[in-house]
Amino acid sequence: MKKDVILKVENISKQYRLGTIGTGTISHDLNRWWHVIRGKEDPYLKIGETNNRATKGDSQYAWALKDISFEVERGEVLGIIGKNGAGKSTLLKILSKVTGPTTGEIKTKGRIASLLEVGTGFHPEMTGKENIFLNGAILGMTKAEISTKLEEIIEFSGCQRYINTPVKRYSSGMKVRLAFAVAAFLEPDILVVDEVLAVGDAEFQKKAIGKMQDISNFDGRTVLFVSHNMGAIKSLCSQCLVLKNGQVQTLTNTDKAINEYLLLNEQANSGVNYFNSDKPIVRMTKATIKNENLICTNFHSGDSLTVEVELEKETLDDINLFIGLYNEYGEKIAHFGNSYAKKQIAKDASKVIFKIKKLPFVSGLYTINLSLHLMGKPHHRELSALSFQVDPGDYYGVGKNVISGNGNFLIDSVWT
Amino acid sequence: MNDKWLYTISSKKKLIDFNFKEIWQYRDLLLLFVKRDVITVYKQTVLGPLWYVIQPLFTSVIFTLVFNTIANIDTGGIPPFLFNLAGVVSWNYFKECLTGTADIFKKNQAIFGKVYFPRVIMPLSIVLSNLIKFGIQLTIFVVFYLYFITQGSTVRPNMFVLFFPVIVLVMGLLGLGLGMIISSMVTRYRDLSFLLTFGVQLLMYISLVTLPYSLFADNSFAWAVDYNPMAYVIEFSRYVLLGEGTTSLFGVVYTLVFAVSVFLLGILIFNKTEKSFIDTI
Repeated sequence: MKKDVILKVENISKQYRLGTIGTGTISHDLNRWWHVIRGKEDPYLKIGETNNRATKGDSQYAWALKDISFEVERGEVLGIIGKNGAGKSTLLKILSKVTGPTTGEIKTKGRIASLLEVGTGFHPEMTGKENIFLNGAILGMTKAEISTKLEEIIEFSGCQRYINTPVKRYSSGMKVRLAFAVAAFLEPDILVVDEVLAVGDAEFQKKAIGKMQDISNFDGRTVLFVSHNMGAIKSLCSQCLVLKNGQVQTLTNTDKAINEYLLLNEQANSGVNYFNSDKPIVRMTKATIKNENLICTNFHSGDSLTVEVELEKETLDDINLFIGLYNEYGEKIAHFGNSYAKKQIAKDASKVIFKIKKLPFVSGLYTINLSLHLMGKPHHRELSALSFQVDPGDYYGVGKNVISGNGNFLIDSVWT
Repeated sequence: MNDKWLYTISSKKKLIDFNFKEIWQYRDLLLLFVKRDVITVYKQTVLGPLWYVIQPLFTSVIFTLVFNTIANIDTGGIPPFLFNLAGVVSWNYFKECLTGTADIFKKNQAIFGKVYFPRVIMPLSIVLSNLIKFGIQLTIFVVFYLYFITQGSTVRPNMFVLFFPVIVLVMGLLGLGLGMIISSMVTRYRDLSFLLTFGVQLLMYISLVTLPYSLFADNSFAWAVDYNPMAYVIEFSRYVLLGEGTTSLFGVVYTLVFAVSVFLLGILIFNKTEKSFIDTI
């Protein structure tokens, strides 16, 4: 089948100037202008550093986006994920023509409408109804279009009672509801959505996600969706673009991409943890939690769970690893150790792997403490090294989930 | 590939990139902005739209007291109040267009930073909503005009009053053009918005709003009036409305050329700025 590409992004880069704009700006502006009128290249485009928020750089310029290229097909819902400052919003801003790229081109076969932090176009003194018209027009609808959809919009917002009251009297949640309602009835070919579901109650979030699914599934529209909510990404998107420091990390199917993204968030408790220890002789450097072969912090009862601990050692002495497991109330519920399994850690091992084949715990949040013993004595401990979530699962293999709230453990038993 | 792309977003900037079709598509937005500007200004006031009328009247009364009663400036046979009112109403239209447009990027950066629509809609809406205000104020001027005539005043409009709409258009072009130029520069250098306040004040005095040309004629400041297009606009509007004042063909041509060039330059600069101002504002 021929691919029906509706949006093509080619080598988009965006450079920003760091620091404040002041007297120094004029000299750069003049220099740039002098180069441009002589037909030369902008001298400040050659410099600039990749955009890593946390490291200090020397350059006055930074690339918020660097050589971004990807394609989106018609009807596809593309998730865009990445850490804070990875360039997600900048990319969406360029796509929605709010700001121009420094270099590169975007080609599109459809109208793009954006839904960036909704409600900015509201005028507080005007009533809900007046604002529906104003906001709709800002988003590119005509008055006639809005009139025909007015009833539906009001209904979807759930603000019927307040529709003739000035918006300044609305609660913040109501403003978002109204604004999202207007945008939901837009009919662009490509809808750009930036983290709008953060506000609003659970019922509304569900409604909003449902609406976006309808937009892509039934209307065949393309949606570009930015969110930090992996649940929403998972339920909406078929493909995901992972951004890191302004560059494309991967563009792949959602599950893989989310995994990749969680890997990027190493410091956040997401299945990988690095330890910065200065213990002598032997120390743990990294711990990873996996479900089968994927790094994961979400499990179901009955899944297999693997913990990998990486070591750095300058000795051939005996070492032992103990793992303590705690529930969300801080109660220790299990204790494991390689010595209990009569398994010695090899003298030259740089990695210890621990596996529970069938997770016998009911749903809840669990934490793992690691304790490394050297010659029989506690040597290096890492408290709350890893944590994971367990959801109800089919532990007994009978085709249905174990009902939660019935005890703490699942234990295979024999009945006669 | 033989794909036909609807449009392209590119880093390359064309010198003139004016998409009239797109602006036409957004015409409803223009009207809604005008409506918003007109109705929200006096929401939650008791007198409501009456303030549109009260403002120029009070200003004219004050000017009449200060300049004509106390300072004894001669208005050349025209009732001083009417002289001032004519000047104030016209001047207000220009001033509101200028100051409204000048801080357009700064004032709307929240919405400009979130959604795209043709940016030029915003200054256009300011000029249009001010035109409505101007219409209301002009009506009041006419009411007082008729009152003075029944009181035996000899002021009469002359046949050039037919060109009054052109004068209004020129004021709009001047205000819009200057405003767009300033608004684009304000995105980088905020100093200008401070300077503008003083600039507008100074411009009012050399635009003959309260002072007749005779005061400047033999003065060493005469050049400031002679090369000020707004002075010609105000003087000409007074000439057609009240039948009194100085005009010249040079003034008419000079003002027209000036207004059109400023407007075109404004459009050009605005167009260049709108694409990336959000990064520098």
